[in-house]
Amino acid sequence: MKRSRQAQAALLAAAGLALWFLLSNTQQNLESRRIASGFAFLWREAGFEIGETTLFAYSAADHYLRALAVGLANTFRVAAIGVVLATLLGTLVGLARLSPNWLLVRLAAGYVEVVRNVPLLVQLFFWYALISENLPAPAEALNPLPGVFLSNRGIFFPLPGDVPALSGFNFTGGAALSPEFATLLIGLVTYTAGFIAEIVRAGIQSVPRGQVEAARSLGLGRRDELRRVVLPQALRLMVPPMTSQYLNLTKNSSLAVAIGYPDLVSIANTTMNQTGQAIEGVAVIMAVFLTISLSISAFMNWYNRRIALRGLAP
Amino acid sequence: MTWLRRNLFSSVPSALATLLILWLAIRYLPPFFSWALFDAVWSAPDPRACREAQGACWAFIGEKHRFILFGTYPYEQHWRPALATVVLLFLWIFSAFSRHWKWWLGAVWAAGLAGIGLLMWGGMLGLPYVENERWGGLILTLLLATFGVAFAFPLSILLALGRRSELPVLRAACVGYIELIRGVPLISVLFMASVMLPLFLPAGVSIDKLLRAQLALVLFAAAYLAEVVRGGLQAIPRHQHDAAEALGFTYWKKMRLVVLPQALRLSIPPLVNTFIGFFKDTSLVLIIGLFDLLSTIKVSLQDPAWSGFGVEAYLFACLAYFAFCYAMSAYSRHLERGGSGRLLRES
Repeated sequence: MKRSRQAQAALLAAAGLALWFLLSNTQQNLESRRIASGFAFLWREAGFEIGETTLFAYSAADHYLRALAVGLANTFRVAAIGVVLATLLGTLVGLARLSPNWLLVRLAAGYVEVVRNVPLLVQLFFWYALISENLPAPAEALNPLPGVFLSNRGIFFPLPGDVPALSGFNFTGGAALSPEFATLLIGLVTYTAGFIAEIVRAGIQSVPRGQVEAARSLGLGRRDELRRVVLPQALRLMVPPMTSQYLNLTKNSSLAVAIGYPDLVSIANTTMNQTGQAIEGVAVIMAVFLTISLSISAFMNWYNRRIALRGLAP
Repeated sequence: MTWLRRNLFSSVPSALATLLILWLAIRYLPPFFSWALFDAVWSAPDPRACREAQGACWAFIGEKHRFILFGTYPYEQHWRPALATVVLLFLWIFSAFSRHWKWWLGAVWAAGLAGIGLLMWGGMLGLPYVENERWGGLILTLLLATFGVAFAFPLSILLALGRRSELPVLRAACVGYIELIRGVPLISVLFMASVMLPLFLPAGVSIDKLLRAQLALVLFAAAYLAEVVRGGLQAIPRHQHDAAEALGFTYWKKMRLVVLPQALRLSIPPLVNTFIGFFKDTSLVLIIGLFDLLSTIKVSLQDPAWSGFGVEAYLFACLAYFAFCYAMSAYSRHLERGGSGRLLRES
């Protein structure tokens, strides 16, 4: 016991020494390069425009803190919509892989193989090239459904009582998705859905065959069999891996920086380039994502306990 | 006929799904194939032929293939990264066979990597010296992934053991590290290495960009691999520990001879899966300005003469990454089925 206490004390001392070494180096470097430290820069004028904003109004005259808040809101927007759509698409694909239809099974399996085996960044670049190079200009926009327009300036769709219409060089009215947002959303949703599909399939297959047979012998239809017997049991197994997929989607939304969607990471990146305060910039990114990760996993742990079988839980 | 009935038209919804898929295939597959194959331009001396054609411009890949594969490596020396790529791929394929999992495999790797280092850097045997900054393309992606795992794996074993240790300070440090890294996006770790790390070093010491990115990838991969190794450690029954302790083994002897050999064998399939994810993640070094495979493809598109062929270029990137990842995931499935024998026989 005494030896282990000494070992731990030595570990602590070594960590402290390393930290002191790094900090003193950093201080010297910052001084010699005349980089300020601390978070005072947050209240200075940002001086750059942001292409699209969610919730907050923003102009270049606002301070960095507001710019970062706009970035965070943009991250939340793409992550929230992405999680919902990826769950829907993933569940559909996962169910398709279990359907009796051979063609559907092959199609779903092929989809899963392709999206899981290609880096998300490659897929994002592919979608961005497809949207920005191959969709027509707004004047010749594709119009697949009434009121929905696809063009290289983005995707436009109608809201109740507000239909997008061409005016000048672009559409006005309705709701619009910028090419960058559309790219990021499509990329994140199709990529994550491939992983969710496998979780759904594994979850449903984990339900013992006898349960399905019992449901059939009770005369339940396929829908009731899924809804009342299979899914409630499968769900328990699916919650932990689903949580980590939701977290992955949120973290992957940081790839926005590569295609120019102004999420938190790309705004923090611009901030770092302008102020030179790299440590603070990276600290902001890490703190935000850690908070998101820890709070989602705390929520999911609570939910997991709630749906666990009483008396069977370990 | 029976097969068709049972597998495609077993019920009304199933029949509808079949018909819908067939309709979509008839509507969209012919135009796709004529774009990708029949109307495509396969080779052209200049981009004009591509701009006039209706189909895909694969000539772009042909025109740029040297840059895509080797980046800014000196042109007349391209045989060196090409040979290094072949050696590295051979090492990977050679190590995939479980009958080669012997002590001398490490020696084979050491020799192979030494050879690759000699080829890439040169400076000896009449090979001109080529600095890291000029490395690029496929070999860079493969090297980042290889060295990432080579260094991350031992680190991850230490982290996993630390996380299950009985020493509270050590355990807290390992848990903190693993959860911190797994909680943040890779891009922030890469930013840390590319913009923060230079600030941490004493004056006069600098590490080049490639090594900084490699360090970030190692630190990142170690946290994820550690969780896989921990899964393997947890699967080892208590009595194995008890038996080793009853024999008077010390902690390290117990881990080295009894627990880890079993735990690591159990974790091989999930380790391969984690490695696939890591291989895909190396593409993010593009964001901090390294010339990996994806980056060379993206830069090729910036040539104004050949701009506008992004769909073709990224489809090619998809195919290239898919080939590697699919091979690895097929291998992982083969291991999971116990196809390699050794996984089951010896545990």
